[in-house]
Formats: sequence, structure tokens, C-alpha cells
Amino acid sequence: MINLYITATKYIQLLLIALYTYCNFRFLSIPDQDDANPLCDWQLRIILLVHFLMNLTVFLKTGEVSALIFYVLQLIFFILYTYFSVRLYRNINRLLLNNTVFLLAYGLITLERLDMGKAIKQFVIVIGAAAVTLVIPYIIDKVWDLKRWRYHFAAFGILMQGIVFVIGATSYGAKMSISIGGFTFQASEVVKITFVLATAGMLSQAESFRDIVITSLVAGAHMLILVMCKDLGSALIFFVAYLVVLFIATNRVFYLMLGNIGMCLAAVFSYFSFSHVRTRVFAWIDPWADIDNKGYQITQSLFAIGTGGFAGLGLYQGLPNKIPIVEKDFIISAISEEMGAVTAICITLVCLGCFMQMMVIGTYMEDSFYKYVSVGLAIEYIVQVFLTIGGAIKFIPSTGVTLPFVSYGGSSLVSAFIVFAIIQALYIIQGNEDEADERAAYDNVSGGAYDGPEYIESGYAEDGYDGAGYEDYGFDDADYDEPDHDADYDADYDDADYEDYDEPGNMRGKGASGSYRNERIRAEDLGL
Amino acid sequence: MKNKKSRSGIRKTNRNIIRVIYFFSFLFFGMIGYMVYFIGWGSDDLMGNAYNPRMEVFNERFVRGAIISSDGQVLARTIVSDTRKNSDGTENPEGAYTETREYPYGKTFAQAVGYSTKGKTGIESLANFYLMESNSNPVIQVVNEITETKSQGDNVITTLDSELQKIAYEALEDHNGAVIAVDPKTGEVLAMASKPSFDPNTIVEDWDSIVNDESAGAPLLNRCTQGLYAPGSTFKIVMALEYMREHPNDYQNFTFNCDGEYRDVSNSDYVVHCYSGEVHGAEDLHTAFAYSCNSAFAKIGTMVNRTKLAETAEQLLFNQELPIAIASSKSRFNVTEDSGTWTMMQTAIGQGETMMSPLHEVILASAIANRGVLAEPKLLKQVQSSDGKIIKVFEDSETRQLMTENEASVLASFMRSVVSDGTASKLRDAGYAAAGKTGSAEVSKNGETITNAWFTGFAPYDDPEIAVCVVVEEGETGGRTAVPIARKVFDYWLTEKN
Repeated sequence: MINLYITATKYIQLLLIALYTYCNFRFLSIPDQDDANPLCDWQLRIILLVHFLMNLTVFLKTGEVSALIFYVLQLIFFILYTYFSVRLYRNINRLLLNNTVFLLAYGLITLERLDMGKAIKQFVIVIGAAAVTLVIPYIIDKVWDLKRWRYHFAAFGILMQGIVFVIGATSYGAKMSISIGGFTFQASEVVKITFVLATAGMLSQAESFRDIVITSLVAGAHMLILVMCKDLGSALIFFVAYLVVLFIATNRVFYLMLGNIGMCLAAVFSYFSFSHVRTRVFAWIDPWADIDNKGYQITQSLFAIGTGGFAGLGLYQGLPNKIPIVEKDFIISAISEEMGAVTAICITLVCLGCFMQMMVIGTYMEDSFYKYVSVGLAIEYIVQVFLTIGGAIKFIPSTGVTLPFVSYGGSSLVSAFIVFAIIQALYIIQGNEDEADERAAYDNVSGGAYDGPEYIESGYAEDGYDGAGYEDYGFDDADYDEPDHDADYDADYDDADYEDYDEPGNMRGKGASGSYRNERIRAEDLGL
Repeated sequence: MKNKKSRSGIRKTNRNIIRVIYFFSFLFFGMIGYMVYFIGWGSDDLMGNAYNPRMEVFNERFVRGAIISSDGQVLARTIVSDTRKNSDGTENPEGAYTETREYPYGKTFAQAVGYSTKGKTGIESLANFYLMESNSNPVIQVVNEITETKSQGDNVITTLDSELQKIAYEALEDHNGAVIAVDPKTGEVLAMASKPSFDPNTIVEDWDSIVNDESAGAPLLNRCTQGLYAPGSTFKIVMALEYMREHPNDYQNFTFNCDGEYRDVSNSDYVVHCYSGEVHGAEDLHTAFAYSCNSAFAKIGTMVNRTKLAETAEQLLFNQELPIAIASSKSRFNVTEDSGTWTMMQTAIGQGETMMSPLHEVILASAIANRGVLAEPKLLKQVQSSDGKIIKVFEDSETRQLMTENEASVLASFMRSVVSDGTASKLRDAGYAAAGKTGSAEVSKNGETITNAWFTGFAPYDDPEIAVCVVVEEGETGGRTAVPIARKVFDYWLTEKN
């Protein structure tokens, strides 16, 4: 009977996750978040339903009341976390919030099935990290001017990683973690955030080519230490993030090409210099040749994914624990084996959706520092997802990085929470400003005689905005009413739309606004 | 750069951000595409891998499917008891249904079908994944889930023919040896018999005696694929091919006057005799091949280029994994630039260090029969669900060119003469035109010299339908011992079967 329940929920789960993933991309196509709120509510309901169904399986299979209690605690946490996030920050990005809960739910279910003890440990860290990071948007908005601390961040990052190099513990050929008082944490997970803050800050303040060189040297120092620690997965993540931020900051393809050449050289160099890199490459090219040793982990992962197939074997029907360190690097294989490759693919797509949302938030940002921060963090996130999922399915050599929010591990989890909180902070700050502008503009409109578009222009002028008129923004309503604009970003963002987009001086300054989201709302309010 | 960007700069930046989104989206869709490919098409072969522990999980959900011959006979099946029993066999309504793996043909198919109780071998291992999967009626499966009964696993249809296998197995009589038959056009293995054999029905009880008894002659070994023998005169196929390659335009002009032996010109201690001292007189390459003249081929051995011979051997799959999905041994060929004259003379008549499996011999014969193209041997035809639905049809075999079409047709004509004029005279009056090569390899066993009798060939000559290799340990000559066995196989397949 239990098997029947497991089989039934297996298919229901597949349906639900496909629906959730659809909502995820549907959301990206809705320009105004208020319109997307019902969609977000539905997403949350889907997550909670899947979470319930899967936890019931765990309970039926283990027969432990503690599993039931654990489920209720998780449910309470998810509800409270969502409630407080939305309550505290009216302008929070609901998609990223939902996806956080979604990924956490799948991570916790998988961990419960793999090892209940680890799931509970993970959950404790989740609560702590969630509570602490909930205040990050507030702090960034009110207290910190992160840009000012860029050199501190740089120094912190290099120092931190340097400490790892000197006293770090080695695991799987790489020095990754330091332990303080029996508590180990992976420094690179924190450094990767300060790294983006430092380089984004420096690039946003760069005046000349010399400044770019200095920034690149700082970035290079980070990567050098990571390479010395043999943590090449992190080095790659840092490198790609810096390269893209540099490209975004300078708009010069030349740097991208230069960087790619550099990356190829570095890849060849590390192949010949590090034996554990060669091991991983061999295991990637032909894992069957040394299935007992080097190829063991990846072949077990392939067995898991292949045996599971598209629909999966059902929870508790497979043997995911046969894969070494399954709960960290290969958690996607465990998910794929028992919940199906469809689930694994949907999770991959949800991660891609998070990345898209982060990047789009980057385009909203008026302040270039914030723009670079969101791009940098988004790239780090997506490269990490690519490395871990690609490694598990043998698309690329395995690098031993975790899947944010899903994999077991405190450092990874805390880091993911901070990254998402920073992005949320940027989004919230921008949203608040847009609203302030909106109100100011609306006050002007209702206060004075309404005089069509020209009036807005003068309204801007009153706010200290000396740019061109409203039309010059070129954000036609027509573009944003297109429901499927995720299908083709170009249609919305291409030259035509950004024509004569003006730089309103210090964009963080109150009263100046350039967000297209804002434009649309205003245009509607004014009945234009 | 800087906070104050030009308006076009911001525009460009945002556009570049969108481009980066595009780039990573493509990367991800590539990755997801790979994943879909891997699960849909790439993973079937590795599921049955011995290192995949997940198959055992299926044991609890499915009754292992049956293995069926191409003519519809059950070669292996699992019988579930009608009543619940205790583990000691006494009836108990609370106990479990017992499962027994039954092999109706017993010893006949033992090595080819293999066993699944003491580890897994043969087709039991090869088809493990399919046997442990159920594609039967989903409604019945759901009902089974509710009533907690196991669903019936899928059946695997092999390429083996039960009648042909029986004829091959019985034709070996009391000899140890092997018979393997394939369809040269498709690569389908039609029969694969090996003696001595064992009864897979009682493998668990017999295990200790089988493994420990040295006089039993290693019955678990599939001599067709894993047995390595000195090829004897069958190796003259390779030598003739090499001589033709080195003399593409004038190999017909080769002449040799056989007086029963060949003595090396530089060292008169190096002597090779023709079998039982026969004198063949004046010969060319064709007749030397047909009569299996050791003297002429020993001379050819001293004439060919050693490096090129080694290259030809590599092309013909010596020292390589043979293309078959079950356990097999690599054939050994060891001639280098430095090999001496004596080694070359011995190698040329298949008496040197060269070792070949019957599978390898039949691979060469089937490539010659199929215009130089080898259709790689395959054992599985189809997977059917227990209610008869076709779930999977195995693709046509991979093919590879082992020699040119011209080389193959010349070698085929040589092999035809072996039957019509030469050593395989026992096939001469058959109702079809057979072609082949005999061999009588002399090897020492426990200090005595014994003869392993070979025949490898195909029939009918004009449009080959079957290629066969026979090896009989401790036989008489190839012509006397191996050819009659091959004839029984040919006779059944080409005349009696229809």
C-alpha cells in the first residue's frame, strides 16, 4: 500500500513541479510584480503541497512520530519566513523568495530521506541563517554604504583565503575549510560575496585604465590564493564572475576574449600541475576505466540518474546513499534517482530562473555599483549551479561544489541566504525609491493642472531631473503589455526601447528615476 | 565606468546583461539536452553493469523475466510457487512465495545463457536490466502494488536458435570444445555451445565441485568466447591475406614445390613438415591454401614483412577486445620486427605463440563471407513485456570493414577450394556449397602431444547465411573431427530447418 502511495505521489509531484516551473517563467514575463502576486501565492501553495506529500512518504516509510513533528516545524518555518519577508519588505521579490523556499524544501526532503540527522542539523542552520539574513535589506538600505567599504572587503577576502591557505584543512585534494572551536566553515563561501562587493565597488569608482588594472590585480590575488589552496572550482566561479562584471562595467568584448584565453591557459596549466585535476578529468573522460577508484563516484551518480529515469523510482525506492558524498556534491543525482530526472531538470530550470531574475534586477539598478553587485552575485550563483549539476551528469568534469539551498552544508547554506538577501536588498531599495518617485510625480500631477506628457517633463525638472522628456525613455506601454516577454528579451530591451535612456545624474539620489517598471506604473496611473 | 555613465553606456550595459543571460540560458539548455539524451538513449547499456547495486532493489518488486530463444523456446524463467512457504520449504500462509530460476535446456545453453544465482554471467548478466524491469499492463501493476504481489518482469528474446544450439552441443559428443555460429549479414549469434558444461538448475548445489574439481575441465568457461587455442592451419587465412597485400598484382604467381617439408636456407635445423608427411608437389597460393600445405606457408612466413603482418593482425582484431557484449578473451599475436625465422615459420602455420578464440575465428569467417564487412556479433533481439508487447528492438549491429571486398572475395574462393578440392572433403557432397578452412593444431598437454581440430567457414558460398567455427580438443585432424560437426550445423540451418 505504501508503495502505491509512493508511486502515486511520484507522478503528482512531477506534475506539481512542472507547474511550479512554468509559473517561475510566467512570472518573469509579467512586468509588474503586483500583477504577479496571485501567481506567487499559487507557487507557494504548490511547494507546501509537495512538501506535505513527500513528508507523508517519509513518515509512512520510517513510521517515526519525530518525522511528523519535524515536518510541522518545517511547515511553520516556511509560512513564517514567507509571511515576515513579505510583511517587512513590501517590495520584496516574491519569485526569489518562493524559489528559496522551493529549493530549501526539496533539499530538506532529500536530506530527510538520506540521513534524518543531517536534515535536522541543516534545518537548524536554515532557521538561523533565515532569521539573520532577514534584516540584511534593512541594514543595507539604512546603515551601510557598501561601496565605501570596497577596500576592506578586498583585504578581508584575501586575508581570509590566506588564512585558509596557511591553516586550512585538506579535503579531496583541496584546502577549503578552517575550523574554529570545532566549528568548520568553508571560507570561500563567504569570500565569494566580499569578492563581488570589492570588485564591483572598485569598478564602479574606476576612472581610468589604471583603476581597472588595480581591480584586476585584486581579483587576481583572490584567485591565486584559491589556486594555491587547490580550490579550483571556487577559483573558476570567481574568475567567471569577475570577467562578466568587468565586461558589464566596461562594455568591452575585448576583456571577455582576453579572459577566455586566460581561462584556457589556466585550465591547461592546472591540468598539468595538479594531480587531483587530472584525476577528475580522467574520471570524466572514461569513468569506466577505473570504476573501482577514480570513476566510482561519477559512475554511481550515473547509475542513480540512469536507473531513476525520467519519472524516478519513488522516494525510498532507490539507493542514493551508494553515491559517495551524495548529500553535498551529488544531491541532484539523489533527487534525480528517486524523484525523477524531470524533477532534476525542473530544479535546474528554477535555478536558471533565479539567475535570470537576479540579472534582470541588475538592469533595474540605476547605481552602477548595485548593478555590478547583482550581476556578479548572479554569475557566481549560476556558475556554481552549472558546475555541480553538470558534474553530476558527467556533462563536465566534477569540481566538487554544492547546489545552493539544496546541498547539505552550513557554509554553503549561509552563503546562499546572504547572496539572495543582498539581491533582495537591492531590489527593495530600488522599489522603494521608485515608489517615492511615483508618489512625487503623482502629487505633482494631482496638485497642478494636468497637461499631458509635457507636464511630466516639467515634473522631472522640478525634481532636479534635467534629462529629456518622458517619451525619450522610449518605454512604450505596448512593449510591456506583451505577456510573453520572457520569450524574447530582445523584443523588450533592444535598442529601440533604450533609445535615449537618460542618465539622471547620481541615480541613487532621491527624485531621480529610470526604472522602466516605475515608468509603466506611472503611465497607467496617469491614464496615458 | 564610474557612476556617471553616458546614456548610451547604460543602454549598452543593460543590453550586455541580457546577452549574458542568453549565454547562460543556452549553456543550461545544452546541459539539460545532454541529460535528456543520457536518460533517454545513453543509459540503457550501463544499467546492467555489475557495479550498479540498484538492480537488487528491483528484485523486491519484479519477478525476473524469461530468456527466450529466437524460435520461441524458453531458455530461462522464474517459477513462483503457488503457495506461501517458510524458508525451509514447509507450507505457511504467512510465509513468502518462493522463486526458482529454471533452465529447461539444462547443460545445452549453460554458458551462453549463464546463471543468475551465483553472480550473473552470459545473457543473464547482459540482459539483467531488461529482465528486472516491468512494462506489463499498468493497471495490473497498480493492482499488484495494492495486493503487494510482484509484477512480472520483461522477457528478452535472444538471437540463439534452440534447435541449432542442441545440434551443435550434441555434435561435440564426448569431446571438450566449442561451436559458435553467426549470421554473417546481421551478426546475430545463432548458436554458442561449449563443452564440458554444467547444469545451471543446480549451480548452487554443484558450485563447490565445479570450481574445485580440476578434472572437470572448467565447465563454467565459455570456450566460444573465452577459450584461447593455437589456431593451427586456420591462421593461413591471415597469412594468405598478408601475402596478397604485399603482392597485390602478382600473388597468383607464387609457386612452391612441396616435397613434404620446408627447410630454411640459412639454418637447416629449421624444418617444417607437412601434416603426416604428405607431399603436395607443385602449388600456387590457391592450391597451397586448399591443401593446407605447411611447407609452402612456412616459406611465406619467411617472406612477409613482419611489421606489416603485425599491422594486418591488429586490423583483424588480434590483441584487442572483441566486439561482443559478454565476457571474452583477447586473442594474442606476438610478431615484431625482431622475430626470428623460426618464429615466423611457426607463426605462419599457426603453431607459434598465436592464440585465438573460436569467436575470433568466426568473426573472420563472417567478415570474409560478408564482403570484408564485419557485422559485430550480437545476442539480444528484442525485449517484450510479459503480455507480449514489444518494448525494445535492439538496433542492427555496428559494422566495420576488416578487409577490402576484393581481398574477401579472393579469400572466399580459396576457402571454397578447401571444401571442393582440399582438406574439408567431408563437406564436398553437401547440398549447398560450403567454404572454410581446417586446422589441426598440435599442442602439448601434460607432456603429451594432442591435436585440437578446427574448422572455420561459411555457407552457401554464393550468398552466405551462416558462418561457423568448431574447435574440438584432443580430436583427430580438423578435416576428420571438426568438419563433420560443422556439417551438422550447416545441414540443419540450410536444409532441414525450413
